[in-house]
Amino acid sequence: MHNYLDFEKPIADLEGKIEELRHLSSDGEVNIADEVTKLQAKVDKLLRQTYAKLTPWQKTQIARHPDRPHTVDYLSALIDDFTPLAGDRAFAEDKAIIGGLGRFRGSSVVVIGNEKGADTNDRVTHNFGMARPEGYRKVIRLMELADHFNLPVITLVDTPGAYPGVDAEARGQAEAIARSIETCFQIKVPLISVVIGEGGSGGAMAMAAANCVLMLEHAIYSVISPEGCASILWRDGEQSKDAADALKLTAQDLLKLDVIEGIIAEPLGGAHRSRDATIRAVGEAIEGSLQDLSGLDGGVLKSKRREKFLKIGSQLPE
Amino acid sequence: MNWLKNIVRPKLKRLVGGQKEIPDNLWHKCPSCEEMVFHRDLEQNLRVCPHCGHHLRLSAEARLKILFDEGKYQSIELAEALADPLKFRDRRKYSDRLKEAQAKTTLQDALIVAHGRMGGLNVVIAALDFSFMGGSMGVAVGEGLIAAARLAVVQDASLIVVPSSGGARMQEGILSLMQMARTTIAVEEVKEAGLPYIVVLTDPTTGGVSASFAMLGDVAIAETGAVIGFAGARVIEQTIREKLPEGFQRAEYLLEHGMVDMVVRRQDLRETLVRVIGLLINTGPAGDVLAIPPVAIDAPALESPAD
Ligand SMILES: [Zn+2]
Repeated sequence: MHNYLDFEKPIADLEGKIEELRHLSSDGEVNIADEVTKLQAKVDKLLRQTYAKLTPWQKTQIARHPDRPHTVDYLSALIDDFTPLAGDRAFAEDKAIIGGLGRFRGSSVVVIGNEKGADTNDRVTHNFGMARPEGYRKVIRLMELADHFNLPVITLVDTPGAYPGVDAEARGQAEAIARSIETCFQIKVPLISVVIGEGGSGGAMAMAAANCVLMLEHAIYSVISPEGCASILWRDGEQSKDAADALKLTAQDLLKLDVIEGIIAEPLGGAHRSRDATIRAVGEAIEGSLQDLSGLDGGVLKSKRREKFLKIGSQLPE
Repeated sequence: MNWLKNIVRPKLKRLVGGQKEIPDNLWHKCPSCEEMVFHRDLEQNLRVCPHCGHHLRLSAEARLKILFDEGKYQSIELAEALADPLKFRDRRKYSDRLKEAQAKTTLQDALIVAHGRMGGLNVVIAALDFSFMGGSMGVAVGEGLIAAARLAVVQDASLIVVPSSGGARMQEGILSLMQMARTTIAVEEVKEAGLPYIVVLTDPTTGGVSASFAMLGDVAIAETGAVIGFAGARVIEQTIREKLPEGFQRAEYLLEHGMVDMVVRRQDLRETLVRVIGLLINTGPAGDVLAIPPVAIDAPALESPAD
């Protein structure tokens, strides 16, 4: 029923037992309620223990978990009248990034998110969430549209990174990302980013130069994937665990480094176990951030956004 | 220029901490055509191979010398950034790698910022040095670019940035990624002040550097043959599992694909910059000021005394 991660094996075993018992009871008349309750308590305890001390590498796996809610799930649950807008008006529509107009808590917004896809076909359609230049140019177009109509922008970040391909390079991947960051710093409307899964390098930065950057509890955000870092610095892709530790890529690390404004708690056992509750929590966090920014003058929003980033890394808490 | 050498060398040596001197009779093998080139000839030819025209990499200091009038400039002392903010360690400590790079290059970090005159125009130039950890961008480089932008605004000068960098400095983790945002803000400050922001893309300009300040120039000039792109060639090859096209990610390829305004040979760079900036800010014809000669790169910079 679940896609279990390696370190969730003991949990998988227990939940397997519960399933077996349920199966038995539906066959016969055995009363297994007590036993199930006991086992369920054990599962919860184990989940709490496991999820309280996740390593950065384990968090990386959770952040990439296929059952985690993706951008499309947030859109369908949180955004009314979502109206996707396609294309960069220059070359193509890039399905690795979904964006459009919609209503959030009754008010119009522009929402943009990386989409990784739900199953194999879907993942290919969305190129595993790796955008090409036209994707970032669509982001720019939509942010400018939001700016023109004075609508807040919400971005949902969930990408392994920008697509490394010949076509992407030929059409100016670097320039597209640079302009997207630049646009983030030009618009005079509230800009809120939530890293819902994987914040992969420049491809994530392109849409996360926001007034308020939030991360889900087990999301990651990094300059390079642990695997990429390991193969370059350790010359051994197998050292991803050590690289994940060294990179300081967890939400908790980033909050300490003052790179993000807040962490959105995930339900017990991670977002992939309780998708609806996770989406609700993200909705509430976005609502709160929008309220904090409401009433601020456009110029103030823009300059506050810049000041915030200029401060990052200038001094660090010990 | 020998008189210049004799007068200035002792002072320069003090400044840069006794750099190793390469004997003039040393031979280099051109990495492109493999012909042997006399060291002195190579330096006098701005490190461009006289046989095949291949552009070898320049140090940031050499870059400043060939751009500023008479090779004279005032470099800015950059505020010391937090070294090793994450206490990063791979097979070796980042702090050790940093110290080693500092000793090898006599630079504090990968960026030098200087101001002075170029063709008589008031310019600030920020140049990355590839020999300092691959010219990678961490907090210090980001801070340096912000300082360069603000100096340009205060001085009403044009900002020229010369990247030579493999991208973000992984050992500074997320803080290196944040420099993409911070350097973009720096660029915005210059643009909003109405001052020219010119980028000279040199070999190599890739990763987080290309995907931020390096690709935001009002005018983008690529030096002949430079590798410029976002993803590294090896990563792309691994992803698509096929051989890359001839000349892929070279300056000429970017020109063909509309990503840069022009490809310029090193010997024409200074003149081109003077002309472009002169046109942007609408000065008179640049004929007279161009008469001010640049210098060969092994002539040391005439750093004016501290002000
Ligand atoms: Zn040659």
